Amino acid sequence: MSPLNIEQGSSSHSAYDLRSHMSDVVEVHTLAILVENEPGVLARVIGLFSGRGYNIESLTVAEVDHTGRRSRITIVTSGTPQVIHQIKMQLERMVPVHEVADLTVEGPHVSRELALIKVFAKGESRVESLRIAEIFRANVVDSTLESFIFEMTGTPEKIDAFADLMRPLGEVRMARTGVAAMARGL
Amino acid sequence: MTQMTGARMVVEALKEQGVDTVFGYPGGAVLPIYDEIFQQNEIRHILVRHEQGAVHAAEGYARSTGKPGVVLVTSGPGATNAVTGLTDALMDSIPIVCLTGQVPTFMIGSDAFQEADTVGITRPCTKMNWLVKETDTLSGTIHEAFHIATSGRPGPVLIDIPKDVQFATGAYSNKPKVSKSHYQPRVKGDPEIITALVEAMETAERPIFYTGGGVINSGPAANQLLRELVEATGFPITSTLMGLGSYPANGDKWLGMLGMHGLYEANLAMHGCDLMINIGARFDDRITGRIADFSPNSRKAHIDIDPSSINKVIHADFPIVGDVGHVLEDLLRIWKSRGRKTNSAAVKQWWAQIEEWKKTRCLDYKPSEATIKPQYALERLEALTKNHDRYICTEVGQHQMWAAQFLGFNDPNRWMTSGGLGTMGYGTPASIGVQIAHPGALVINVAGEASWLMNMQEMGTAVQYRLPVKQFILNNERLGMVRQWQELLHGERYSHSWSEALPDFVKLAEAFGAKGIMVSDPKDLDDAIMEMLNYDGPVIFDCLVEKHENCFPMIPSGKAHNEMLLGEAETQGAIQAGGAVLV
Repeated sequence: MSPLNIEQGSSSHSAYDLRSHMSDVVEVHTLAILVENEPGVLARVIGLFSGRGYNIESLTVAEVDHTGRRSRITIVTSGTPQVIHQIKMQLERMVPVHEVADLTVEGPHVSRELALIKVFAKGESRVESLRIAEIFRANVVDSTLESFIFEMTGTPEKIDAFADLMRPLGEVRMARTGVAAMARGL
Repeated sequence: MTQMTGARMVVEALKEQGVDTVFGYPGGAVLPIYDEIFQQNEIRHILVRHEQGAVHAAEGYARSTGKPGVVLVTSGPGATNAVTGLTDALMDSIPIVCLTGQVPTFMIGSDAFQEADTVGITRPCTKMNWLVKETDTLSGTIHEAFHIATSGRPGPVLIDIPKDVQFATGAYSNKPKVSKSHYQPRVKGDPEIITALVEAMETAERPIFYTGGGVINSGPAANQLLRELVEATGFPITSTLMGLGSYPANGDKWLGMLGMHGLYEANLAMHGCDLMINIGARFDDRITGRIADFSPNSRKAHIDIDPSSINKVIHADFPIVGDVGHVLEDLLRIWKSRGRKTNSAAVKQWWAQIEEWKKTRCLDYKPSEATIKPQYALERLEALTKNHDRYICTEVGQHQMWAAQFLGFNDPNRWMTSGGLGTMGYGTPASIGVQIAHPGALVINVAGEASWLMNMQEMGTAVQYRLPVKQFILNNERLGMVRQWQELLHGERYSHSWSEALPDFVKLAEAFGAKGIMVSDPKDLDDAIMEMLNYDGPVIFDCLVEKHENCFPMIPSGKAHNEMLLGEAETQGAIQAGGAVLV
């Protein structure tokens, strides 16, 4: 992007974006998009991704400013650096979009997801599921004699790891919110 | 705030926006607005024959005047018929404000008669669209729509207005003096990068300007600045199809159009340059050919108001986001303040090389005394009309490329063609829109017979409004470009690329109440063209041309600029499997 002749390397966490433009390495990026909360805005953003063949790995949306009627859409997407850059530019030029932040490029950020995980288990497996839940700091929010519903928040990886441990203990059903993310610091 | 009905608001807001012409077609869901149009005289409504025609006519109006084109159509089929035109305007960055009627709010979602999800259908083919559910917000939305259609990279916008919103009374808000919209695209380029570009221009040995529709969209000042810059630096200039006329075709720095059917010298200069200055073009695939071999040894500057155009296809060494007019003004000022330097010795050598390439005479064709060659027809049209106050529209196909090659455009806004979407059927309605905006001018639609038939119903519009549009049809009884590709790519298997039942165009003209002229002998061509020009009314000019002529030069799909085909002899096996999958 710069006319300066800086040699291009591969560092997604540098203060400068020095990644090769034409690299074909697929990267996963988290985008935080502040939009006007108006009818159809989510369809518009999703339509951009489907229409231009970009990936959506996770998506969350909710109004974050009730007086200003702004919503934050958090999208986890994947693509080559050129595609990720293009996604950001295409989002930024949409009329109802106020701000697009590529959290992955801009620095350290916090990503969290909430999941409800129902585990059907009896006997020793049922006890074991409670023990693992304690380790993962998951809360029990519903219980029958044959099932628990655990509530947990964490990175998507943590939720995956929890669900993987639960599966040998019994049938697992899951509802996830998708990632919400925010840059660290000021 | 004045209270009025929604339908009244539409008319008031259009007047406040300075709209003098609306292209439309009435229907149940827009009757209240049509009733308001009936009761006033400031806005002229042009009744088209099909909603696609309304949008293309509005595009012709917009592209030839620089003002937004306005369309009014009904719900359901009215809106869906407009989709092709809206997509065309989106691809070519034409400002269009399209108003659609909608079933009343309380019936939305009930599969009502003539209901369609218009905002859903048109979301991908508009820059922005709105469904207005309250009359109080209607006028504000219309003002915002004009702001968005015309600022930044222009484009089509659509406002869907339910019938009960048109009947209900609400508060009218005036056009704001300064737009309160948060949509305020950046127009000034980054001065540091502009300065870096000026430095590169000072030392460049083989520079070239590559300009596009963005120069024309930026307005008359941008075109003036471009001309000044080209003359002052002495650098060669080429343009995309959309940018023809921003630099005059009779200027001595002009290399002609570039791209798939561009001129040999223009494409080789693009391939061989060391500094490419892209002004308001977007590295379209018709321009670049094979990306990997696109101008391999050049540094590239890209001036574009749309940040997403930059680095989309081709990496820009000097990315400048901004309006062409503003950026060129800064560029010229900085270049002058640094002493107007160029590497003139090297640029002179560069020109010598370009003159060598010009000797190829890439537009030469085999003349014929027996049949009218399409190129010859356009050469004669150019010779007999170039001194007129002339506007040219085209359809899409071989005739479009020949028109771009053989007609000269010395001013912007004189050339209306469907570039990005390539919409057959564009030219006839576009010529109507142009003629409405320029009643005294000569408006010619250079067409192929197949494209022309796609929106021929608009001849009714031309006759109704006494628009003397000239429909100049190069009739080869073939889908010429499809036929050419089948010859080159599909073993000369001409699958469905000809018409066996073409109408008698002269009789067709008479049926519409227009004049028909048919010519097939090259000796009669000049007289026939003069007859067309001298007739004060719409003409369908049926020019029977050579049926199997191919359009050259041609960069085959998947090839680079220096792999052009110049004529028939080079076409054998020219396109390989890799290129065949491309379009």
